[in-house]
Amino acid sequence: MVSLDFAAVLEQWPLLVQGIGATIWLVALAATLGGFLGIACAWARTWGPKPLAWLAAGYVESIRNTPFIVQLFVIFFGLPSAGVRLSPEWASALAMVINLGAYAGEIVRAGVEATPRGQVEAGLSLALTPGQVFRRVVVPPALARVWPAMVSQIVIVMLGSAVCGQISARELSYFANLIQSRNFRAFEAYLVATAGYLVLAIALRRLLLWVGPRFLFGTVWRG
Amino acid sequence: MVPAEPIVDIRGLRKRFGSNEVLRGIDLAVAPGEVVAIIGRSGSGKSTLLRCINGLESPDAGTLAIEGRPMRLDDPRAMRDLRQRVGMIFQSFNLFPHLDVGHNIMLAPGLVKGRRGAQGEARARQLLARVGLDDKFEAMPAQLSGGQQQRVAIARALAMEPQVLLCDEITSALDPELVAEVLAVVEMLASEGMTLLMVTHEMRFARKVADRVVFMHEGAIHETGPASELFTRPQTTELRQFLAALD
Amino acid sequence: MVEFTLWDILRNLLLAARWTVALSLIAFVAGGALGLLLVLARTLPAGAVGRWAGRCVALHVEVFQGTPLLMQLFLAYFGLALLGLEVSAWLAAALALTLHASAFLAEIWRGCIEAVPRGQWDAAASLALTRSEQLRRVIAPQALRIAIAPTVGFLVQVIKGTALASVIGFIELAKAGTMITNATFRPFAVYACVAAIYFAMCYPVSAFSRRLERRLNGAR
Ligand SMILES: Nc1ncnc2c1ncn2[C@@H]1O[C@H](COP(=O)(O)OP(=O)(O)OP(=O)(O)O)[C@@H](O)[C@H]1O
Ligand SMILES: [Mg+2]
Repeated sequence: MVSLDFAAVLEQWPLLVQGIGATIWLVALAATLGGFLGIACAWARTWGPKPLAWLAAGYVESIRNTPFIVQLFVIFFGLPSAGVRLSPEWASALAMVINLGAYAGEIVRAGVEATPRGQVEAGLSLALTPGQVFRRVVVPPALARVWPAMVSQIVIVMLGSAVCGQISARELSYFANLIQSRNFRAFEAYLVATAGYLVLAIALRRLLLWVGPRFLFGTVWRG
Repeated sequence: MVPAEPIVDIRGLRKRFGSNEVLRGIDLAVAPGEVVAIIGRSGSGKSTLLRCINGLESPDAGTLAIEGRPMRLDDPRAMRDLRQRVGMIFQSFNLFPHLDVGHNIMLAPGLVKGRRGAQGEARARQLLARVGLDDKFEAMPAQLSGGQQQRVAIARALAMEPQVLLCDEITSALDPELVAEVLAVVEMLASEGMTLLMVTHEMRFARKVADRVVFMHEGAIHETGPASELFTRPQTTELRQFLAALD
Repeated sequence: MVEFTLWDILRNLLLAARWTVALSLIAFVAGGALGLLLVLARTLPAGAVGRWAGRCVALHVEVFQGTPLLMQLFLAYFGLALLGLEVSAWLAAALALTLHASAFLAEIWRGCIEAVPRGQWDAAASLALTRSEQLRRVIAPQALRIAIAPTVGFLVQVIKGTALASVIGFIELAKAGTMITNATFRPFAVYACVAAIYFAMCYPVSAFSRRLERRLNGAR
């Protein structure tokens, strides 16, 4: 008979809370910086000079076609040989930003390309610079258009951050591993952590879908 | 005069979508060979009524019988039987885009009536000829004009040899110059004795072809009568307003 | 100590990449088969059975899309052990990846079925086709056409997902990278090679998927 002992895991709740906090910190950082990186990338690919467009395309394709764990290992294990030594947490954050930036770049680009030509022309005719037109006329409605896809991608990156425990970044999965190494209740520890991720994913999705139209690009519609 | 046994017999039909009561007790009996035009404002429940007769919507109350046999929505065999006797043509044609015209027509008879091979094909070609599209057997739906697509849809429905045909605004999605070719086919069917229930905005056509006009208003039959009377002497203000808004 | 040349590293990685391919194919095919069952359960008519089946599938999708694949792998690994089964990394990885892929594919395909206009169901029903005939003869052929590009695109996700199987000890490309790093102390070169091999596997699939999608949009 299989016997499960969740009490042995749950009594370590301070560790779990600390892990959830760290995961939230990681995803908040990744979503913010990765979002900006994505917008920059979308700009480079649609409005930028040719060489920059190619560079952005190369970045997007190489990230999208390699596993996150390998990107993380290159940054954490590989970069020190180039003289860049990062703590596990900062390496994780950097990997997540780079990863999300590539996907966000593709997502935002789709939104930008769907912007009617007339919007841009109207902006330019009002003597705005191309940069201003992109930032103020093109990006906000583009973001509004692709926001659901963006939210999904941020959730995917949050779930992917479980891998960061493998380089000893002290996030949720790391603490699950720590707990199971203490009490040998591996299945229970990972099940509790998994439930934590599920709740985080649902909450994060709700939060972002709520926040987006109200605070990020909602002001556009109000003028 | 002894009225014929109704081929479509609807009593106390009610249907609601959530809190929106779309049909509020419809009573309607249609005699074999009768052509009934259903008119009314958008949202008055015309489409919902037709969809109920074909079992595409399930009524909340009331009874519905075709040729004296009550509809049994929970009995797949009975529904298969009913839908062979009641065909439907849609505003948006709904041809199967992955099949050529011939296979659009032959699919259902092949599956339902076991009419396959040369026999099925001969019948399909015959029907295509009737709607004036003998040369389109191998065409794909996307290659046809709207009027042609709708005529194929009619041929497809006829292939099941229905006794009753339900037409829901079948010319509304067509460019004006293509309306006539579709209406000509409908008129031919009417003259051949097909029982027709058609929702239409083509008042001139309704006047010419329909034996009876039914005016629906807010989910009920508000006024009904022969085309000549209903259009010339509307009894209710609602119908008068509806007709006035048309011209 | 033996000196590893770049060619040695690459050769060993390529040998390990065979297992990445094998695991990807198993997960993709088995996940596809399971996903098909799930999506069929979701298209059952809205009776009591249909509603329950629909809810179960929705829950399966929610759980496997809402939790980390890494955790799913751990749970499969330790869960099988808990059941007293001989745990092999192979089995646990194949199981977790199959369940994972089934949830995503079921969701992709449900979207494709829903992309077929409602009127197609109506027209098929009005021609007296049974529910299963409607699905097989009218809806599925159209949904299939839409589904090919995103399904091929998802294969890329599966290939990348197999890299996580390294964490439970399955020796594939990523794990081989770690092992060779430990022997050579050249992490940057090794992981760059690993990344390059993944890229070589994934990029053609991505590009193919994009081409299929463009062709579909062009044909419309
Ligand atoms: N599947 C559905 N779910 C919810 N509401 C519906 C559904 N189908 C129809 N309705 C509602 O039922 C009402 C009647 O719709 P119906 O299509 O029968 O009207 P109609 O008379 O055919 O109008 P029109 O001339 O615009 O075609 C409308 O308010 C519509 O919004
Ligand atoms: Mg209607």
